[in-house]
Parts: sequence; structure tokens; C-alpha cells
Amino acid sequence: MLSVQDILETNRMIAENNLDVRTITMGISLRDCGHPDVKIFCRNIYEKITRAAERLVQTGEDIEAEYGIPIINKRIAVTPIAIVAESCRTDSYVAVAEAMDAAAKTVGVNFIGGFSALVEKGYTKGDEILIRSIPEALARTERVCSSVNLGSTKAGINMNCVREMGHIIKRIAELTSDRDAIGCAKLVVFTNVPEDNPFMAGAFHGVGEAETTINVGVSGPGVVKRALEEVRGQDFGAVAETIKRTAFKITRVGQLVAQEASRRLGVPFGIIDLSLAPTPAVGDSVAYILEEMGLESCGAPGTTAALAILNDAVKKGGLMASSFVGGLSGAFIPVSEDAGMIAAVERGSLTLEKLEAMTCVCSVGLDMIAVPGDTSAATISAIIADEAAIGMINNKTTAVRIIPVPGKKVGDQVEFGGLLGHSPIMKVNSFRSDDFIARGGRIPAPIRSLTN
Amino acid sequence: MRVVITIIGHDQVGIVAMVSTALAQHSVNILDINQNIINGFFNMVMIADMAGAGISLKDLQQLLKAKAEPMGLEIKVQHEDIFKIMHTV
Repeated sequence: MLSVQDILETNRMIAENNLDVRTITMGISLRDCGHPDVKIFCRNIYEKITRAAERLVQTGEDIEAEYGIPIINKRIAVTPIAIVAESCRTDSYVAVAEAMDAAAKTVGVNFIGGFSALVEKGYTKGDEILIRSIPEALARTERVCSSVNLGSTKAGINMNCVREMGHIIKRIAELTSDRDAIGCAKLVVFTNVPEDNPFMAGAFHGVGEAETTINVGVSGPGVVKRALEEVRGQDFGAVAETIKRTAFKITRVGQLVAQEASRRLGVPFGIIDLSLAPTPAVGDSVAYILEEMGLESCGAPGTTAALAILNDAVKKGGLMASSFVGGLSGAFIPVSEDAGMIAAVERGSLTLEKLEAMTCVCSVGLDMIAVPGDTSAATISAIIADEAAIGMINNKTTAVRIIPVPGKKVGDQVEFGGLLGHSPIMKVNSFRSDDFIARGGRIPAPIRSLTN
Repeated sequence: MRVVITIIGHDQVGIVAMVSTALAQHSVNILDINQNIINGFFNMVMIADMAGAGISLKDLQQLLKAKAEPMGLEIKVQHEDIFKIMHTV
């Protein structure tokens, strides 16, 4: 029989500590939608997405009501468009993004991911068209998310793409300058991208995936922070143990929701992504967890170690709670989406360089970083190259979601709204990297890629 | 299907009667009641079986909410699996 304490604890986690399931993401293969005529192709993908995801939002809402657990987002991830649109006779995929946007609106999801290309070794014709379509696609759509994988431990880093992405990000910022360059918040540049990640903006439906699949991303930084308040002053063994126990509970809820969604929709369950995803809401912050461990402010010396403990303990606790784990699985440290990170930047304790160090020990990378509008394309490319190198050498996912906001300077504020939050403009190292980025070519795969 | 009903609010006459009458009317069988009052605050956790119920979970949620709100009470009706899965391996 259930104990009253357990029941009250669960409901306290939900009501007071922001426990929620962050996203149910339905992966949909578009591999059977190809057609030389782009109009027919767009119609094919619109019909397939709206048919496959017809009941997604309603099912999510039903589960939410029945179990009393908030499910914040219902989303869709599709096969990378660069692959499925490649046979279209066209020089732009903007219309494809518009068809995705229309499908997302019809089924009522807030984001659709997969306007993506996988180019760690080089471009195909479709990759080239897709990447050049990104700025206009993101400016003309509301719900489409884009990602580009330009490096991997097995293949090295495509430095031609690194160079081009600096210009692409600047162009997106220009085209969406009236909305604080919000288009840049919908593009992630990856190394070692996971093909089953349910979180946006980097979700897509990988080529090795089934026809359709349900992936679930859990959350709950507030719950972990609350649990750590009970072990103040105790050693790191107690800290790790507390995080593990809490992560287990959080993940079990994700597993329940994933199984139910899978059963009700008749779509196979893919993975649970064991990530602590913050939101701008007070009490839903990863930075506050790090501070709870004994740091005056996130970014102080010790922050990387604190994040490493958190990240590792979340995985250890979560693994036991779920039958299949995948995606990004690690703590997220987006600046604008985390009240504690924003405060740390504002009080001067958290810098871009410290965030880069932190990305060595957690999932993703430099995420939702707003920088001055006059940051050059080459500097953005060089920041991407640094992150890609961390991912490639350490055999982990890294990513960059950076927003050079036109007309804004260090200390100014930008407001993206909703879950994307707000952010102070961060200082970027002003020494130039132009000649480094101008070289182009490929950085060879590292020695650790030769594992066979 | 078993559900967990939790009620929180200022103590007053007739809370248990209100909930149990509504459950009885729709053939929802009460299995366990745990109730206490802390600093004038009424707390109740009830476990009930809906196997023979003549009402859906969604309708029961709406019905109890409509009855509890005028009394200033917060009421939740949840499928018990969320609690079971979180607290047992």
C-alpha cells in the first residue's frame, strides 16, 4: 500500500518544486515522402506529419490530467530535411520549412525539429541547399527548429561548415533583428549529435530510427535543489547519493508517461532523455543546484566540479529507472532559460570561458548565449570550433546556440519570451581568429576514434 | 483502476461527507482514508477503487473540483500509478 508520506512527497515535487515532464517528442520518418517536385514533396510531408501526430497533443493532455503531472511540451522531430528533400529539383528548402511550420500548427505542437543536415565530413547537394536556406527558413517560420552536425569523434570537424555557420548565424540575426534575433535560438550547431534527442532546438528523427517513435525528456532541477537542502554541510558521497535517489524518482515519472503515450498512440517507445532542463521560472534552475552545493554564485571556482557530480549522479539514478535511455542525457546549462545562470552572468561570476569549461562535463554546450551584435562571423565560427573540439576529443555531444543580437552591447538585455527566457548580453573575447577560420578544410579525426 | 484523492484546505464541517457521498453516488469504492488537521489545515489522502465505477476519471476530477472549490478546498484525483512508480523499484 502507498504511504501518505510518499503521496504527499510526489505532489509537493509537482506543486512546489516544478517537477514536470518537459517534452513528449514524436519522431516521424519522412523517408517515404521524396519527390522531384518540391510542391508535391511539401504536400507529402504535411500530410504525413499531420496524420502521424494527429492525436499527439490530446494524448499528452489526457496523460497530464489523469496522473496530475504537467507535460510542458508536445513536439515533433522529423528525418533531416537535407536527406529527404535531396531529390527535389529546387535551389531552396524554405518552402519545406513552411510546410513543416503549417503541419506543426495544424497538430498544435509548439516546435518541430529536423530542418537539419549531417555534414561532419562534407556537403551533399541537399546539405548545401539546406544550410543556405536556414536563415530565411527560420525568419519565415515560427515553430521550425534547425540543427547542423558538423563534427564527430569518428569523422573529425568540417571546418568549411564551421566557417559557413558563422555567416549563417549572423544572417539569421539580421533577418530576425526586429525580434532580438530570435531565429538564432532555433538553430543548434552540433558535434556528435544524438539521433533520438527529444529536446529542441536540436531534435530530429535519425536515419537509424523506426518509422515513428516516442521519446520523452524529463526535467526537475527544482526537485534536486530541494533534496540537496536536506544534506547541507554533508560530504560529496551524500550529495551524489541524494541526487541519484531524486533522479530515479524523476525518471520513473518520465518512464510512466513515455509508456502510456506509446501505448495510447500505438507508437513504439524510443528512449527517455535523462536531462535536467531548467526553465526561467524561479526554482527551476540548474545554477541554483550548483550554488546549493556550496558555491557563492554559479561560475565561481568549483563550478565545473559541482556540475560534473550533478551530471554523473543524474545518469546513475536515472539509468535504473528507465528501460531505454538515450538522447542528450545530462544537465543543460542554457543561460537565458535558467534564472540562476542569468543572475550569475549579471553579477559577473559567470563568463563565456567558464561556460565553455562547464560544457566538458555536462550535456550540450554553449546554449542560449546572447552576445554583442558586432561579434564577427569568424569569432562565432571560432567559438563553434572550440566547442566542436571539446566534443570530438572527449567523445561527447557538444553544441552551440549563440545569438549575436544586432544593435546590442555587453550589459544590454534581450527578451526572447516564454521558455526561451531573457538574457544579458555576454562579453566575448575581442582578439581575432579570422586567419584561423579562413583556413577551412577538415580537422582530422582524433586518435581516439580508432577503436576497432 | 485505483485513484488517489488528496484534499487540502481550511478545516470545516462536511468535507469527508462531501467527498464520500460523491464517490458513493458513482460507485467508487473507498479503500483507505488518512486524515489529519495541522494548524487548522485539513489534510486528507484517500485511496479508492474505480473498478465498478459509473464515472470516468476525467468526469470524477471535474465533479469533485466543482464541489470542492466553493468550500475553498484544493482537491486532486490522480491515477495511483504515478505514486507507485516513483516510490517502488
